[in-house]
Amino acid sequence: MDPVGWFMEPLHHVFMVKALLISTVVGGVCALLSCFMTLKGWALMGDAVSHAVLPGVVIAYALGLPLAVGAFVFGVGSVAVIGLVKQNTRVKEDTVIGLVFTGFFALGLILVSKVRSSLDLMHILFGNVLGIRPQDFQQTLVISALVLVVLLVFRRDLVLFCFDPTHARSIGISTGFLYYLLLSSLSLAAVAGLQTVGIILVVAMLVTPGATAYLLTDSFGTMTVLAVTSGIFSSLLGAYLSYWSDASPAGCIVVVQTLLFVMAMVFAPKHGLLQRAFNNQPPQ
Amino acid sequence: MTTTAAATEPPHIAVEHLSVSYAGVVALSNASLRLDRGTICGLVGMNGAGKSTLFKALMGFVRPSTGTVRINGQSVAQAQRRQSVAYVPQAESVDWDFPLSVTDVVMMGRYGSMGPLRNPRRRDHEAVRHSLELVELWNLRQRQIGELSGGQRKRAFLARALAQGASVLLLDEPFNGVDVRTEKLMAQLFMAFRRERRTLLISTHDMDHVTGFCDQVVLINKTVLAYGETGEVFTRENLALTFGGCPRYEEGWS
Repeated sequence: MDPVGWFMEPLHHVFMVKALLISTVVGGVCALLSCFMTLKGWALMGDAVSHAVLPGVVIAYALGLPLAVGAFVFGVGSVAVIGLVKQNTRVKEDTVIGLVFTGFFALGLILVSKVRSSLDLMHILFGNVLGIRPQDFQQTLVISALVLVVLLVFRRDLVLFCFDPTHARSIGISTGFLYYLLLSSLSLAAVAGLQTVGIILVVAMLVTPGATAYLLTDSFGTMTVLAVTSGIFSSLLGAYLSYWSDASPAGCIVVVQTLLFVMAMVFAPKHGLLQRAFNNQPPQ
Repeated sequence: MTTTAAATEPPHIAVEHLSVSYAGVVALSNASLRLDRGTICGLVGMNGAGKSTLFKALMGFVRPSTGTVRINGQSVAQAQRRQSVAYVPQAESVDWDFPLSVTDVVMMGRYGSMGPLRNPRRRDHEAVRHSLELVELWNLRQRQIGELSGGQRKRAFLARALAQGASVLLLDEPFNGVDVRTEKLMAQLFMAFRRERRTLLISTHDMDHVTGFCDQVVLINKTVLAYGETGEVFTRENLALTFGGCPRYEEGWS
């Protein structure tokens, strides 16, 4: 197989063009968000929210509402519940997060099995980028565009919120607003990512590109560019690998992302393991 | 108290009968103090004595159960909108691996006076440059913040407060782990701030710094035990009240 054919042949199929397009868009937007998730230390929160949206997605589906509406309500709702339980019991936060998101997820599983429809559990869990429905395709593009605009407009405030919320408050910037803005973006990105790689693996899209980029640079601007580039590259390469090897697209995309992270971890110019060994620094 | 301030001018910081509780646990009760413009004031007390609660009250982060806080005669919220209050954090509370340069951090001091997109304009760049020059970090402005030494890190956050244009500076343990150069520079800067009639409230464990820099001192242990001129307030009896006979603090103090 010649390289040109390797790239061109899948483009003859409409389903592959759509899959490449949607994975690129979702991969890019999730990667941008992943920079904030990594720096804020919200990886576990990303995992929680992406699972907790499941009942919302099923209910929205059953009622004929946009899936984003249900995901938004349950994503933000789950975090509110986590906050309530944490404040009113002696249970530690990571325990509460683990407990709440699995509870929501389990409720979602029951709803999926009870809502008799074409809603396929396997597609929700592991993504269905090759067979995405037209209305989901449009919704995912709209959601991604919305999250992209929010992150770009509030980029500087969100960086400040991640870095030093105390300073933000002391100069009169509402950290409550920024908290819910980031949380809402996370819920929306989770439902967009759900279409591509499924609920189980969406957290990888929301964490890995940011972590990879974080190892490669000390500038936030460069970090976002590197994260988005690695997110888009992983989506494209993953989709092609999946086509040619007839393997799960979600699996291929996330494996490529993880390999990029491992490469960064070893070879990064300043923070990589090789460089650290060379400088004889103990790993942090 | 200085008597030069006109009688019409309100105290720069006025805390009256302030009580703050967290979930039923009293952190501060019936605390009162007044600081005039241009005061350098040490805030001395043990861990858990209520120093950070007082800072939080001055920044409007806690809702007092009783009492009031006024800054320049205004509510804390009004003072915040005017960018009047700056907090200079302890080194331990900062994520030094965060991918930001020194300039990026200092520019954050300007956010409150920028438009909603926080796009820096010329005057913002000028304020950042001026602040960085004052703290002698202009040459290191492109460094990632973690690449600074302990003293330089403190100066970077001091520059952020300067860029903000704050008149009330709350400094949390500013002398911890700083080098001699930074300490001298900070002392000079503090004197300059006093001339500019800014008011500094400095929490510290180090008694030498209080006697060396501070015009006034506030002793705190769940309430304001005493405040006023350093020489008058810093008595053995007051310090015994503040530290409750804790030997670590009484050593070396006579």
